[in-house]
Formats: sequence, structure tokens, C-alpha cells
Amino acid sequence: MTETAIRNFSINFGPQHPAAHGVLRLVLELDGEVVERVDPHIGLLHRGTEKLIESKTYLQSVPYFDRLDYVAPMNQEHAFCLAVEKLLGITVPRRAQLIRVLYSEIGRLLSHLLNVTTQAMDVGALTPPLWGFEEREKLMIFYERASGSRMHAAYFRPGGVHADLPPELVDDIEAFCDPFLKVLDDLDALFIGNRIFKQRNVDIGVVTLDECWAWGFSGVMVRGSGAAWDLRKAQPYECYEEMEFDIPVGRNGDNYDRQVIRMEEMRQSVRIMKQCVAKLREPAGQGPIATLDGKIAPPKRGEMKRSMEALIHHFKLYTEGFRVPEGEIYAAVEAPKGEFGVYLVADGTNKPYRCKIRAPGFAHLQAMDHMNRGHMLADVSAILGSLDIVFGEVDR
Amino acid sequence: MPVHTDETLKQLGDAIQGALPGAVTGTSVSFGDLSIEAEASQIVSVLRRLREDPQFGFICFIDLCGVDYPAREKRFDVVYHLLSPRLNTRVRVKVQTDEVTPVPSTIEVFPASNWFEREAYDLYGILFSGHPDLRRILTDYGFEGHPLRKDFPTTGFVEVRWDEEQKRVVYEPVKLTQEFRSFDFLSPWEGADYVLPGDEKAKA
Repeated sequence: MTETAIRNFSINFGPQHPAAHGVLRLVLELDGEVVERVDPHIGLLHRGTEKLIESKTYLQSVPYFDRLDYVAPMNQEHAFCLAVEKLLGITVPRRAQLIRVLYSEIGRLLSHLLNVTTQAMDVGALTPPLWGFEEREKLMIFYERASGSRMHAAYFRPGGVHADLPPELVDDIEAFCDPFLKVLDDLDALFIGNRIFKQRNVDIGVVTLDECWAWGFSGVMVRGSGAAWDLRKAQPYECYEEMEFDIPVGRNGDNYDRQVIRMEEMRQSVRIMKQCVAKLREPAGQGPIATLDGKIAPPKRGEMKRSMEALIHHFKLYTEGFRVPEGEIYAAVEAPKGEFGVYLVADGTNKPYRCKIRAPGFAHLQAMDHMNRGHMLADVSAILGSLDIVFGEVDR
Repeated sequence: MPVHTDETLKQLGDAIQGALPGAVTGTSVSFGDLSIEAEASQIVSVLRRLREDPQFGFICFIDLCGVDYPAREKRFDVVYHLLSPRLNTRVRVKVQTDEVTPVPSTIEVFPASNWFEREAYDLYGILFSGHPDLRRILTDYGFEGHPLRKDFPTTGFVEVRWDEEQKRVVYEPVKLTQEFRSFDFLSPWEGADYVLPGDEKAKA
């Protein structure tokens, strides 16, 4: 056989590609069908969120967080609110904490439903996303009934939440829980045990636990590799401490383990939601839904009609906003995709001096090169899907 | 619910300072966060010690970001956040630098710092020495300037649009139909630190 010139192929994956989960451009270097190098080009959805926040008041900054991981909006707001509340040194009333936990778990369902079912689509199945989106629709209606908006809720505010939940909504959320567990069982039967799904995911994209930490992974990525690390248990915020739930942990650190963990996390989320519903109905779960400090949370409409002070507070809060004492803080929540953190530098005025958004997807995506080397071209989209990337938060 | 009290964090900070004399210049605990100031030139050894010393075990890289203080001589802070799953605590390491002095890259300790350093370079123009691939990451191909610096205007300098005649995207100087409004909400009643409109007449 004569010597032939062998050369590597470079191909462009994206920026417009259905399996890229948004606007991602991957420059792939291939040796035949084997991936030699991956160079992700991100920033195609960069909107300058951090710069914009520097010229907005703290309250006006909240809606930007919905637009980061737009698959589970309220979980992002949560991190920002926690950061501001820590600097202000206020505690959130119990009812607001319960509502926040309830809606954080709804956000987790929203995100995992999308990711698990589109992972099935990335490896060739078409039905699961249709089933998953049906449930997401119901959850988004819960978002809408609480906040008036299906996705960009701006519902968690520093000091509490924006509005109380009507009792009918709490009833409907409870009624959603049990049938949803049945849907999860159906999804399990539909594709988690499926032969092709396993062929495409088992032993693909394996990362060891040491690599996970060094690459800054968090959330499902670490749990898939065997660490029982969950901020809701390890560094509990709000009233997660009193909730009963388990942390599913994987053994192999591959794509398949991660998806199975996401399925199990949804069941655990439903468990937390049921506990929240029960606690919201108890007498201890009644009361205000935002801090009663008039300098931070706005007064009720009715109060404003009678009280001069309430009227002044309302005016001041929606023009100047509240001031946050000087200092710096890092606050993180266990978002569906991993640790979502906000590093906030306050200079004592009504606007953040610096607000760094630490998105889990950014750290996960940068390991694409590391995870893909030696895999086949077809595995690229499967690995990308298992990282659970949303470009709103990666590009900011 | 704090996992560690300020007291235990203070002890941890002192232990870190004791382990790295000269490299760590100060520790503080505020709002339940442990913060360490370090010499920029020593950052690699600081992070390595924090990661490898079993009494610390900060093996998880969380974040790296820049902060701009234009009034300072060394205008940038580079802020590292690390997590120790074993101690279940976090630490913030801050170093200072200016526009021309590079900070040693920490990729050899934490591979994750690669993109975060690229981001800090892109948004602030902070240089990292020893970084294998210090390209822009978030901004557009061919972007000029470092947008998160305090002296970079929020509106930017160029805007893009699709030109139907040339059949391509064109870059033009930014045109605003209305000037960017930056409201001053600081309350005059609580003493603004500037002369309020009309106050200059009071003395005359």
C-alpha cells in the first residue's frame, strides 16, 4: 500500500444547529470520525448583563436573572436575592421561604424535563420531548399564576416574593404532583431503559471525581461521578434544612448516570413540593410574604391608601430603590444545572458596584475539549446534551 | 444558616496565613465569607497550597473574576473563589494588578481557570502570563476595548445591522435616538456629596 497523505478534518458545528442547544459554535478537529480537538466559540448570545446591572438599582437587576438560564428562571433570581439579603442582613418570612423553595423545585422540574427529554432527542428519539413539554406547559402555568409571567417571572424579590399564592393555586400544585410521578414512570419506561438510549450514553463522556472538582463542575455533574454534594444539604439556605429528600448519586460518571440522576431528582423535587404544600397550609406557614421592613420591601396597596409613610416608602423604593451596605458577598444556590453563584460588590449606594454571575454551564462547557477527545463525532452532541447547557447563562 | 461561624473562619484564615507567610498579606471575615488578600506574583503557590494541603482541601474551583477600581493605582482586583467540599466552606482570594502587569495564570493548578482568565482578559483587559490561549471569549470577533471597565460606556462604540444592499452585516458608530439616561437617585435629604442645583446661589 502506498503512503497516502492523511490530514485532519476541521468542521464547524453550529452556530445554528439543533443539537447545539442554542447558539454554540464548535470547531471540531477530526481524525476520520474520531474527535481530536474541540474549540467551543461562545459569546454569540452575550448581552452584557453584568455591565447593565451596574447601572440599575438592585430591584431593577432582578429581571436580568430570569434571562440567564431561561429554562429555570426563578432559581437564578434566588441567588441574587440571597446575596442582597445577606448584605442587608434581613431574614425572609417563613411563608416566603416556603414559596421560594416550592418554586425553586418547580424550576428544577422545568429544567430537568427539558434536558432529559432533549437528550433522548439528541440520540435519536422524538417522542420524549413531546411528553416532557406537555408537563412543562403545566408548570409554566403555575409560574404564570403566581407571577403573571410564564418564564420571565421577576417573582423572587430581595426581602421575599412579589405576591402571595392563592389557595387554589396551592391546591392545583398538589394535584399536579401525583399524576406527574406517573408521567415520570412512563418516561422511564419510554427511554431510560431503552437499548439505543443506553448504547448511546453508557460509558460516554466519563469524568472522574477529581477531574470534576478541578474543572469546577457542580450539581449533577459531580453527583454523577460519585460525590453526594448538594448545596441544599451541604450549605442549606431558606428552609431546605427541614425538608426530607435524598440525593441520588451516580457511580460511573458517564452520560447515562447523569440522566438517571436527573430523573430521580425530579422525583425528589416532587417530594419537596408536597412537603411545601403541606407546610404552606399549616398555621405556621401563614403570614407575610416579604420582609416587613418598609425600607426594603414595598407596602401593600391597601396600606398605601391610608398611610402616608407607606406611600413615601413606595415612592422611594420604586425611584431610588434601597441602599445596600458596603461590602462583598458570594451567594450560591443549587440551581438545576449546578452551583449558580452571584458575587456582589456593593459600594453603599442603590446600585451594585460589581455583580459577577457564576454560571454552572460556563465551567461545564469549557471541559468539552477534555471530555470529547477520543470520542466519535456522533458523541459530541450526546456529551453536550448531558452537560445541560443553556446559552443564556453561559454567555450572559 | 451558616455552616461555619465567623470564629472558625477566622481560625481557618489565620491557618492559611500561617502556612503561606509572605504570599498572603491579609485575611478578613465579613458577612460570613472568608476573604484572603495575596500577592499577585505568588497566586499560583497560594492556590496550590490551598488545594493540596490536606488541612484546607480547596479542591473545587468556583470562580475567577475581575473588579475595576479606576481610582486605585493598581486598578484591578482579580478575585478567585474556591470551595472545599471536605471542610464544607468557601474562600475568596484577592490579588491586585494594573493594566500592564500580568498575573500568573493558574491553569496548571486548576484547568478550569482557562476560560475564566480569558473572560477576565476580555472584559477587563487583565493579562495572565503563561496562559496558552489568551483570546477574547464573550465579545464579538474583532471587538475592541474591554467593556466591563468603569470607563467603558454602557452604550458601547459600535452597533451592527444587516445591510440589504451590501448583503452583509455592517458595523457603524453607535447612534442613539435618545441619550443614555443615568439617573441620580441619591437622596438630597441624606446629604449628597455634590452641590445640588441652585445651592450655589445660596452663598451669594
